[in-house]
Amino acid sequence: MDWQDFLSVLPFIIVAGWATILLLVDLWIPANRKGITAGLAVLGLIAAIAAVISRFGIEREAFDGMIIVDGFSSFLQLLFLGVGVIAIAQAYDYLRRRDIERGEYYILLLYSLSGMLLMASAGDLIVVFLAVELLSIPLYVLAAFAIPKADSEESALKYFLLGAFASGFLVYGIALVFGSTGTTALSGMVAAIESAETTPILLLVGSGMILVGLGFKVAAVPFHMWTPDVYQGAPTSVTSFMAVGAKAGGFAALLRIFISALPGAAVMWMPLTMWIAALTMAWGNIAAISQTNIKRMLAYSSIAHAGYIFMALPAAATPEVAPEAVRAALFYLVTYAITNLGAWGVVLAMEKAEGSGLEIEDYSGLGKKRPALALAMALFMLSLTGIPPTVGFMGKFYLFQVVIDANLIWLALVGVVTSLISAYYYLRVIVVMYMRDGEPEVRSEALLNSTIFITAFGTFFFGILPGFLLKMINQVSLLDLFR
Amino acid sequence: MLAEYLPIVVLIVLATGLAFIVVALGHLFGPRKPNPVKAEPYESGMRPYGPGRRRVSVHFYLIAVLFILFDIEIVFILPWAVVLREIKMVGLIEMAVFIGVLLAGLIYAWKTGALEWE
Amino acid sequence: MVLLEVVQGGGLFAYAPLIIALPILGLITNIIFGRRLGERFAGIVASGVVALAFVIAILQFLALQAHPEGVTIPIAEWISVGSLSVSWAIKVDTLSTTMMLMVTGVSTLIHIYAIGYMHEDVRFQGDPGRYTRFFIFFNLFVAAMMVLVSADNYLMMFVGWEGVGLCSYLLIGFWYEKGEDGIGNAVAGKKAFITNRIGDFGFLIAMFLIFGAVGSLGFEEVFDWAHAFGEENVLIISVITLFMLLGVAGKSAQLPLFVWLPDAMAGPTPVSALIHAATMVTAGVYLIVRSNPLFSVTASTSNIVAIVGTATAFFAATIAVGQFDIKKVLAYSTISQLGFMVAAAGLGAYVAAIFHLINHAFFKALLFLASGSVIQGIEAGHHHAEHEGADIEEPFDPQDMRNMGGLRSRMKVTFWVYLIGALALSGFPPLAGFFSKDEILVDARLENPALFFLLLAAAFLTTFYMGRQVFLVFFGKARSEPAAHAKENPPVMWVPLVILGVLSVVSGALNLPKIHTLTDWLGTTIEHVHITEFSFSVAGLAVVFSIVAVVLAWMIYGRKPIEKGEADPLRKILGPIFVGMENKWWVDELYDFLFIRPYVAICWFLADVVDWRILHDWFHDSVLASAYRNGSQWLAQVFDLGIIDGIGNGLGNITKGASQRLRFVETGYVRNYALAILVGGLLTLTYFIFG
Repeated sequence: MDWQDFLSVLPFIIVAGWATILLLVDLWIPANRKGITAGLAVLGLIAAIAAVISRFGIEREAFDGMIIVDGFSSFLQLLFLGVGVIAIAQAYDYLRRRDIERGEYYILLLYSLSGMLLMASAGDLIVVFLAVELLSIPLYVLAAFAIPKADSEESALKYFLLGAFASGFLVYGIALVFGSTGTTALSGMVAAIESAETTPILLLVGSGMILVGLGFKVAAVPFHMWTPDVYQGAPTSVTSFMAVGAKAGGFAALLRIFISALPGAAVMWMPLTMWIAALTMAWGNIAAISQTNIKRMLAYSSIAHAGYIFMALPAAATPEVAPEAVRAALFYLVTYAITNLGAWGVVLAMEKAEGSGLEIEDYSGLGKKRPALALAMALFMLSLTGIPPTVGFMGKFYLFQVVIDANLIWLALVGVVTSLISAYYYLRVIVVMYMRDGEPEVRSEALLNSTIFITAFGTFFFGILPGFLLKMINQVSLLDLFR
Repeated sequence: MLAEYLPIVVLIVLATGLAFIVVALGHLFGPRKPNPVKAEPYESGMRPYGPGRRRVSVHFYLIAVLFILFDIEIVFILPWAVVLREIKMVGLIEMAVFIGVLLAGLIYAWKTGALEWE
Repeated sequence: MVLLEVVQGGGLFAYAPLIIALPILGLITNIIFGRRLGERFAGIVASGVVALAFVIAILQFLALQAHPEGVTIPIAEWISVGSLSVSWAIKVDTLSTTMMLMVTGVSTLIHIYAIGYMHEDVRFQGDPGRYTRFFIFFNLFVAAMMVLVSADNYLMMFVGWEGVGLCSYLLIGFWYEKGEDGIGNAVAGKKAFITNRIGDFGFLIAMFLIFGAVGSLGFEEVFDWAHAFGEENVLIISVITLFMLLGVAGKSAQLPLFVWLPDAMAGPTPVSALIHAATMVTAGVYLIVRSNPLFSVTASTSNIVAIVGTATAFFAATIAVGQFDIKKVLAYSTISQLGFMVAAAGLGAYVAAIFHLINHAFFKALLFLASGSVIQGIEAGHHHAEHEGADIEEPFDPQDMRNMGGLRSRMKVTFWVYLIGALALSGFPPLAGFFSKDEILVDARLENPALFFLLLAAAFLTTFYMGRQVFLVFFGKARSEPAAHAKENPPVMWVPLVILGVLSVVSGALNLPKIHTLTDWLGTTIEHVHITEFSFSVAGLAVVFSIVAVVLAWMIYGRKPIEKGEADPLRKILGPIFVGMENKWWVDELYDFLFIRPYVAICWFLADVVDWRILHDWFHDSVLASAYRNGSQWLAQVFDLGIIDGIGNGLGNITKGASQRLRFVETGYVRNYALAILVGGLLTLTYFIFG
């Protein structure tokens, strides 16, 4: 163990340590000045971003392979930290408005982020489990943050119970995989599977259970049922963070475990992941149609998008396509993060103090009242549908291309058809905003507006010039564990 | 490889079996002559002053959880103390960090009034 | 010293992207603040950013002194699909920098002029609110033009190419509710746009073919390919260049697509000067010169290019003779001069083409702006005369030269600069036009004597119609009340004119015989340059022709100026030929008859007969409806209502129904959700174990 190892987890140390320090500092910050905590939290994130950037391009293993630093982890960590900054900016005014402003919000958010950072560079199943718990537990608390509102409590309890249930699957799966391969290190597993010193049945059952546990985190069908209830009940700023961060964290682990550690078992998990992807896309998009509440609609939308990203897994079962599949998934994750943060930002702007204003009908007349906001929302909806010139189109395009390269044409077709279906409910929001008359009550808060502006700009900019992003992603690859 | 775990399996079987056997034996051979005093809930020898299913203040659970939280650290500290000579300075620093984190938790709990009992 | 080091280090190249960014910055500023902060602000911002862009162009010029090979500055990867990879990159070399200098320089002057001109124009047209909009479009145009000339690949060039086309459309129709029948200007804009689309189609096909043949759209890759494999691919290159020529014909108003340019004069005069004389229309010439490695491989296309250019030069010149609208004369003159440039490019005299392009930009911008000055002077006179209660025939056309006359004394500055512009255009030594036109003529004589004589005739006509115009406008007596009251414009308008006048006098020095500054300069970029030796016989012949033309014009229009209401004396002399010239040889009517009417007729047939009468009235209303009525009556008796319902609901409702059903699964009970996870997990495991 040398000091290099600590540098490898520096972003994590910064965020987790800073959260602990802030926990104490916050005690002496007066209740009406919690903006200071938010600001300090952002400072910590910026320091972590600097730490990630400073070691960009480095590939190494730390702590005997428990931690992997590579392009994949650095890229995801940047994404998580960026999401964190935006999530804090979105939360600040919202918490004041709903009168639930407490410094712990930002601290819990930092803890959850630290779990995501750890997840991105996990090189061992134990670390994966640790990261999953570290990112989830603060989220359970955050979901209950509007206590004593009943729906917030309900949301938190549901999320907690089911999350614990799913974690059980995960940890049991880890145990079985360990039983089969004799190791929890991802790199060791590759070697163990290759040397055929494994008990195949245990390995399969174990990886199946890991799939269940992580499938819950990313809300893949049939482990998705909690999503609409939890997303709807949790405070919207939490939902925004949860929908983007937790999902990306889950996918980080899925991609890392299945593509880099278990390619040997690809024949087995390929058809399964394929069905999960197809089912998730279909279910999410179809169920979203009949939603009248924007939060539930976006919840189903996030399920559907999990399905799209899930397609990268079966595609990656074809070894030649695997690197591209990982990149396509990463690109889609960025796409999803930018667009969804923006869309949730608009929802935040529309939500009233007591928590109403969340029906899609409430958006009537937004086009006239706040043209810029409506335009941004329209852009997000188009991006979620996957219509150019938005980044959503580029994301889908890239992903479908990979899927077709892997010869999974029917899966790509399911993707296209479900995208078509999704146009129905995304475009309805646009129709309601522009073609119905109404007098919506809208907030105009500087921080929130700026996050919406930034994400809208990103949605549009990367839709026109995806080159910046692609260039960065093209340098990303999973650290080759076969060495 | 799995054979290494055989003693544990044996232990599990024995322990579970013994528990069942002891309870079963008591049932089989114990005399059953209930009276009101015997039917009272056991309160460490104190006279019970109400029904057993009383509502307990949520604070009690809070304190209990905190107790477990800080109590569990022993589980880490004991083995650490055993091997401290081998892991030397690094071990000392790491434990300091660990205790530091616990300390932060304690300060937080204290300051937010979780330890107050009114 | 520091500057010198920076220049030699090539560090100045880094500023090149600003040349596009600055005009965009200007237009954004004007979009946001323009209306609030008023005319003065908008004008100064718009002119200021273009002037700064000019400074940047000068910096590039300085940097190129030390590094004549130029650089390519990548900005971003743009498209990367399959093997197609296109990036945004700015190519700074001697050719593009020449264009940048010319475009930004002339633009700066015209922007300044427009501050004054548009101030009057928006008031005369009755909508001062459009002042800012004008400058936003103008800045947008400069930005698009910069994209066009600085592109390092065909696709980026095409973006600029379309961008300038869009601006042209927007600015021709700037007063879209004005003109003939209230839509004349809009129609002119539409005509320009559609005609250009035909050309763009050619450019697009050329790009597809290039990509197909080369696998890249970057200039360097394409030209390297042309060097390496040009000989065995002459056929495909010929096809590519022919399609490019179609694009050129659209943008640079060559036969047979020149018809839009005269109509484009519907735009405000600064637009005519900047877009439709000095810069945008020369994009086609720039395209040929930029693609010289392709054109020089294929002799056949080059010949066709030269023939098209020459024919246009001559044909447009004949029409210019018969026009009465002061701007139409200049418009046809522009077409004719563009013909000269295209001819030069076709003859392989690329430097001569660029040389003439620059000179033409100066003196034609000058002439247009001066004509704008004349028009506005007359409009001011119109206003003044009305005020005094003079009797004016309505409608009064301030652009008709028959309503002018005698302006020499009333608008002195305008007269002198106009005279300079006319002399420069006519090619009198030592003004700008003399040297560049002479170079083209010398090349033509060496390459193709037939074209040489036609170009000489075109040059002769050029001098004649310019002489005619100057005599009609500035000499003799005023033929209308407004002309009699015309007055000189403010300095913000005539100062740019004077600067352009000076440039028109001296810019011939860019490529003096024996010195060949421009040839050496462009030689680092254009591969096929040759030094054109000065020929006294050709120059002498051209000058003699010009003098004869001036004398002829003087005899017809100068000696005895035409009176009010008198017909053009040329009509008597030339008879039916003049009628043809006056009516533009009926080209518009021909196109109308050949293309537009049949097209409209087909559209009408499809819309009215096929769609409405056959499909709607007959098929839909009679056949379908009755069949449906009968059929459904029959079905209703046979089938259960529920089945019909099911059919009628369609796929959308099935989806919706599925959605509703899925909703019931969502019970809200944690136990059910956990069960779902459990079942899912069991299915997964079952699959893994038994699958």
